[in-house]
Amino acid sequence: MIILGIDTSCDDTSAGVVEGGCHVLSNVVQSQVRLHHPHGGVVPELASREHLRNIMPVVQESLSQAKVQMADLDGIAVTVGPGLVGSLLVGLYYAKGLTYVYDIPMAAINHLEGHILSIFLEEVAPPFPFVALTVSGGHTSLYHVEGYGRYALMGQSLDDAAGEAFDKVAKILGLGYPGGIAIEDSSRDGLKDRIKFPRAYLSSESLDFSFSGLKTAVSLYIKRWHNNQVEADNVTPSDIAASFQEAVIDVLVRKVLMAREKTGVSSVVVAGGVACNKRLRARLLEAASGEDVEVYYPRPEYCTDNGAMIAVAGYHRLSSGERAGLSMDVRSKFPIQDLTPL
Amino acid sequence: MEGKCLRYHTSSDQETINLGRRLGSVLKEGDVIAMAGELGSGKTWFTKGVATGLGVPEESVITSPSFALVNEYTGRCPLLHMDIYRLEEVSDFFSAGLDEYFYGNGVVVMEWADRWRSILPERRLEVKFEIVDDQTRSITFSGDHPRAIEILKNLESQSS
Repeated sequence: MIILGIDTSCDDTSAGVVEGGCHVLSNVVQSQVRLHHPHGGVVPELASREHLRNIMPVVQESLSQAKVQMADLDGIAVTVGPGLVGSLLVGLYYAKGLTYVYDIPMAAINHLEGHILSIFLEEVAPPFPFVALTVSGGHTSLYHVEGYGRYALMGQSLDDAAGEAFDKVAKILGLGYPGGIAIEDSSRDGLKDRIKFPRAYLSSESLDFSFSGLKTAVSLYIKRWHNNQVEADNVTPSDIAASFQEAVIDVLVRKVLMAREKTGVSSVVVAGGVACNKRLRARLLEAASGEDVEVYYPRPEYCTDNGAMIAVAGYHRLSSGERAGLSMDVRSKFPIQDLTPL
Repeated sequence: MEGKCLRYHTSSDQETINLGRRLGSVLKEGDVIAMAGELGSGKTWFTKGVATGLGVPEESVITSPSFALVNEYTGRCPLLHMDIYRLEEVSDFFSAGLDEYFYGNGVVVMEWADRWRSILPERRLEVKFEIVDDQTRSITFSGDHPRAIEILKNLESQSS
């Protein structure tokens, strides 16, 4: 079964072709991030208009890289939420056009389910059940995953997402965008214990996250540092980056282990853009090895938004008989709890 | 036209939430709250309060919209929590279709609204957040549109 997956839920227009729910034939992302942006700025020309410009070439490229034609497809999977309405509409209506013209079944996909299932694009994937941490610019959530479509939310960010904190701190430090890579690179030259930034563990039982206090603490520290009002001598931007990164990772690692312990599962999946962070990967592997827990990461191109992961979700939904009709609409809010278990 | 201005000081996140809740309770569809203030000055906490005041259920967690650009919640009327922090140019605002939210059926609460004043509708209430010290925030409401003045009068009479 060959599925085309399309995602336009945020900045990137992406499409991927996946066979059998795990074998990637192509994965094309038209990234709208201008790398090495001079202003350390963010994402220019995003959203609807750019998606409209990109959608046809990106889908065409994904088909041609996969060496398949429209007629070879067994299904189309498209993200319908959560996300920005104007952006989601571009992907959904393009998919509707294809499904109508070529008479191919369509599945409506939740973007977060795509991230959780992205691990199945790898050769080695965990058995159910497992704990999944999805951590990106827009989300920081822990799920107990018991099967396809069966995701229980265990905890989530109550304010800022972890990736957002990376982006904002990178911007204040003048390190550029994307903030995750900039902070990680800068951290290598810094001392992670130089500055004691707060770790928000919330209550001892809580699996929720809060990164807004840390962001504020770092921003106030940098202000004092610029005014030469910090006590320590010769603090470098890299020291600040490394100390900040360690504070985020400490919290992520502890909560992942807590969720693992609470559910009693033996596998943990970390997905989403922040899962590319090498320090986070190393710290989690180290922590898990002492507990006899397997940690699974999709490779970086499957961590960030991509069409292939949407195709995986589509494969399982279409296989179980789910179909989205032409009256399907986008859902800017789309809690993962609303999904039908498969 | 005579404008109106109200200033409050809050000394904890909870007090900032409470002030937001009082504002939220006097808002109605079509209102636009244009917030300005540096990182960590309390805009997101304040919005959590506005949501409660607007009747958004407790279980809807109000999170930062920086990445998503707009987060939607359902209360007495829709609450649209918008953040233009990561937009690069004013044209991005229109390209993302964000201007359409001003004329919909919800209350728009916008972060970093002072970036490009030209995009703001006339019917708006401005809220400025300033960090006084680690805990204290100065929160100033101002507006000269008749609806903004009406909101401020309601807010004032509520507190007396």
